[in-house]
Amino acid sequence: MVAIRLVQAADLPKISALDARLTGSEKPAYWQDMLAPGRHFLLSETEKGALAGFIAGEIRAWEFGQPPAGWVFAIQIDPRLRLKGVGTALFEALVARFKAEGVTRVRTLVDRKDHLILSFFRAQGMVAGPSLQLDKDLS
Amino acid sequence: MKLQTATRLGLYAVLELARDPEQTLSSADLAERFGVSNHHLAKVLGTLSNAGLVRGGRGALGGYRFIGNRRRITLMDIVALFEPAPGQRAREPGEETDIGAALQRVLLEIDEIAEATLRSISLETMLRPK
Repeated sequence: MVAIRLVQAADLPKISALDARLTGSEKPAYWQDMLAPGRHFLLSETEKGALAGFIAGEIRAWEFGQPPAGWVFAIQIDPRLRLKGVGTALFEALVARFKAEGVTRVRTLVDRKDHLILSFFRAQGMVAGPSLQLDKDLS
Repeated sequence: MKLQTATRLGLYAVLELARDPEQTLSSADLAERFGVSNHHLAKVLGTLSNAGLVRGGRGALGGYRFIGNRRRITLMDIVALFEPAPGQRAREPGEETDIGAALQRVLLEIDEIAEATLRSISLETMLRPK
């Protein structure tokens, strides 16, 4: 059983540590920015208070010409606690907050080779959206 | 995206059987359900059986049952049994030219997006009530 609550500044070191362990890169300033007003930064913790996972998002209006939608920027779950519904509970909590603010769509961007996270979002009912991401190597 | 007939039959058969792992359906049952050739479907079921996705029984109670893990198996796992892996197609005439190479890069991009889509959808996700 996990509980979900808003992230506080005191939670940032353990959030940053979990993310660094999973991605191999430390980005404390990025996580600090997620505490800015208007952002939704939630965590789940076990009954013993251990970090189980976190999710971050924001409502953005007219991003890339699209009407207001909730964007999921990041989600990480402790690998030892995966497949127990933690990610789904976090996603649903974030979506509930988006809905409460009046938006009717949620979207995200995912590395197309990251099949684990792609499968997770598919399992939440997400499908390919109206935009295609394009990029170019500038080096 | 165009899938070979065997691939589509493989997807139909696995999804139909995975809908209820307790059910046993014969090749003829499945062929009738999808309006396809029993002979063709029997060969496809043989491939699925060799891959450990379904198990076939013999005799009067013969038929096929899904024996995989619905949460782990993706559409790509089934497609990969019947279609050439991306980047492993036989070379086509003209690919060595500038235009041929540029066209190949576009086709590879399409293949990668298709693979990501197929690999991200588990049987469980496909079969979830909408």
